[in-house]
Amino acid sequence: MSPRATTPQEDLLRGIWRENPVLVQLLGLCPALAVTNTVKNSLAMGLATFFVLVCSSILVSTFKNWIPKQVRISAYILVIATFVTLADLVLNAVVPEIHKALGAFIALIVVNCMILGRQEAFASRNRVGRAILDAVGTGIGFIIALVMIGGFREVLGYGTFFDIPVMGPSFEPWIIMILPAGGFFTLGFILLGFGWWEGRKITEVRPRRWIAGVTTEVGGAD
Amino acid sequence: MSEQKLPMAESAGEGGGASQPPVVVDASSFRLVGTLTVAGAVAGLVIVLVFQWAEPLIEAYRARVLAEAVTEVLGGAERYKTVFMDQDGVYKSQPLADTATLGERIYVGYDGAGSPIGVAVPGDKAGFQDVIRLIFGYDPGSGEVLGMKVLESKETPGLGDKIEKDSTFVDQFVRVATLIQGVKKGRERGTDDEVVMITGATISSQAVIDIINMRVDELRDPINAYWSSADVMIPPSEAADSIPPTVGGGDRP
Repeated sequence: MSPRATTPQEDLLRGIWRENPVLVQLLGLCPALAVTNTVKNSLAMGLATFFVLVCSSILVSTFKNWIPKQVRISAYILVIATFVTLADLVLNAVVPEIHKALGAFIALIVVNCMILGRQEAFASRNRVGRAILDAVGTGIGFIIALVMIGGFREVLGYGTFFDIPVMGPSFEPWIIMILPAGGFFTLGFILLGFGWWEGRKITEVRPRRWIAGVTTEVGGAD
Repeated sequence: MSEQKLPMAESAGEGGGASQPPVVVDASSFRLVGTLTVAGAVAGLVIVLVFQWAEPLIEAYRARVLAEAVTEVLGGAERYKTVFMDQDGVYKSQPLADTATLGERIYVGYDGAGSPIGVAVPGDKAGFQDVIRLIFGYDPGSGEVLGMKVLESKETPGLGDKIEKDSTFVDQFVRVATLIQGVKKGRERGTDDEVVMITGATISSQAVIDIINMRVDELRDPINAYWSSADVMIPPSEAADSIPPTVGGGDRP
């Protein structure tokens, strides 16, 4: 991480791609694997997480000077859990069908380390405006990653995209893709592709940066 | 999680320079407890307020789902009335006022002419992931199941959730004799009491069959007794149609 202050644009854009929470930071993998078997579920999960992340960041950033350092994690969890409960109730009351599809995973947003991570690393150290930008960027990045995984799995696992058939009538769905194992496969291949793409780009500027990023000591010895 | 030192310009700490470790202000225990207490109280208040707004909507949705399910599993019943089991294990219809204190309930469906079609019986049991709650129509006359609908399940998407979504599985419960036999695909014998289970979701399929068999086994006698009583011939009044059928814990065996 570069030791310089970031611009607001960077705060917003960073989470969407360069520091994407799922694809680069590998945070929040539990929902990213568990509910992404269709695009619709992925999107609903992404939006619910987005709501919790943005609201928690606003609150944590606003009250950062009142929260004693010793109990900050408990306080963040309390804030996050409150918004998750609200999201759970509102989804259940307004869109019960989607709430039913997501099941227990709405409640599990509480333990999404991506959200707690943003509170600890950013919202608690920055002004409200920038905390919002950071949360919106990270939230969008999370939605993009989930929909990417969900799209891949739905097309192969059901032969549909957003419930629209895309693979033709003779397509035999790959059941494995909608099971948990399919989530791991998909995420693995997406990460592989992402790493290859990033690595290739960086090689032009600074050779072997990608490998160095993974195993710093070995890279240094090189 | 290790403390990352982010040398942000607008750092939250008062005077914590980039070169120094973060200054931890010594807050008193009272302040620590106080902060969390206040935050917890505010959070509780907000949740209660939203819950009070959301609960009627959630209940109304569940009641609507149940009402639709009752008519669906009874092959298009036009009206139904709720019947409760009293302490002696006898079913009877009760005045609306004391529904909260009453025991297990079943729903008696009537066709347009006002003659009884069958009863809808709720039931639940652990499936593969979590408890499966369903309702099924039962014809005491023939001893057949008239239809089945899963109300709540968290079975594996794409496999176990076929007990809800796969019409080839669900349609087998229309006019199947009890007690139901679950058979694997390709091993059908062609008897009228068999249901072909879903490949890859044997446990979920078996759970559905078990719930129905268990409930039929346990309630067959009281239901038959009720079916031959005079009460069953009285169709619900128009007003009774609007009974909100609660689906709370009272239905659990």
